[in-house]
Amino acid sequence: MSPHRHPRPARPSELLTGARSARARARRRRARFLIELPLMLWLVLVWGALWRDFSPGNLIFGFVIALGVVTTFKLPPVELSGRFNPWQGLVFTVLFLREIVRASIQVVLVVLRRGPKVRNAVIGIRMRSQEDLMATVLGHVLTLIPGSFVVEIDRTTSTLYLHVLDINTVQEAEDFRRQVRSIEARIIRMMGSREELAALDAEGPAGPDPAARANRSMKEHP
Amino acid sequence: MIVLGLTEGGTLDQVLDWIVVISMVSGALLSVAAGIGLLRFPDLFSRMHAATKPQVLGLFLMLLSVALQIRAWSAVPILVLAWFFQLLTAPVTAHMVGRAGYRTRHLKQETLVLDDLNEVVSEAQRRLDEGR
Repeated sequence: MSPHRHPRPARPSELLTGARSARARARRRRARFLIELPLMLWLVLVWGALWRDFSPGNLIFGFVIALGVVTTFKLPPVELSGRFNPWQGLVFTVLFLREIVRASIQVVLVVLRRGPKVRNAVIGIRMRSQEDLMATVLGHVLTLIPGSFVVEIDRTTSTLYLHVLDINTVQEAEDFRRQVRSIEARIIRMMGSREELAALDAEGPAGPDPAARANRSMKEHP
Repeated sequence: MIVLGLTEGGTLDQVLDWIVVISMVSGALLSVAAGIGLLRFPDLFSRMHAATKPQVLGLFLMLLSVALQIRAWSAVPILVLAWFFQLLTAPVTAHMVGRAGYRTRHLKQETLVLDDLNEVVSEAQRRLDEGR
């Protein structure tokens, strides 16, 4: 938790009048609105796309509906990291599309060549980030790139368990782990928080931090 | 201009028509491959790879051919949206089915060369038994 979220201590006068709690409530409401604003803009875009009409009137009406949806169906707010690098986003999108094409062809080849003799693996991968959003994005990306999908997520240790198609040796599993970690690094460069990015830069060519590596080798099959 | 054996009138329309043809056929072929995978793969999990994955690209190629056939900008956002929602929802279903499949032991252990999760689960089970 970042330090600015801690409320400041109340002044005696405020305690008497109850002004602080009202003001704090207002501030929390405003913060919540700001957090949900990007998602509401997304809802407005969906509205415009569905009507195939991006005229101002339609968008304003869509915004009213988005406001209604967000206040009626309250969900825990999605906390964005507050950072997005458009260039890295573009690089990631291109790589993602290339991976989808490459891996689709690969799955088709596995279907045709290996068929009933295919061997798979359930691989546990410790993520760098503790954030739910990062786990969701990474899980989605890995599931969409054919050949792997998320079976289970352990949030306490932020470990993803993936079922991976056509893994025959421990070495191949290790290669897959490395691939996942480089995809994660790309996502952090695109939209990770500043702390995550700093940790990634500090990592250097030596790879992941020792704790994650120890965890990894521990989970290796004998 | 020679496009795929067309020697006359290689206009932009014709090029686009050929892209439509190629992407639609290859999108359909990916679905066929998924069907073959369903038949050939040995267990639920490998079948799920076959059943859910090539469609990501297959649907993209289909939508691309639709967009190039309609050739109207107003259709693009809704096609992008269709693909995006596929991207958003397909992993969730894959995860839910996969998770349920693992927990109800629909996973054939003999098809696995490595199972990290099994160790964690049996460790948790052991601790639970000790606690009793």
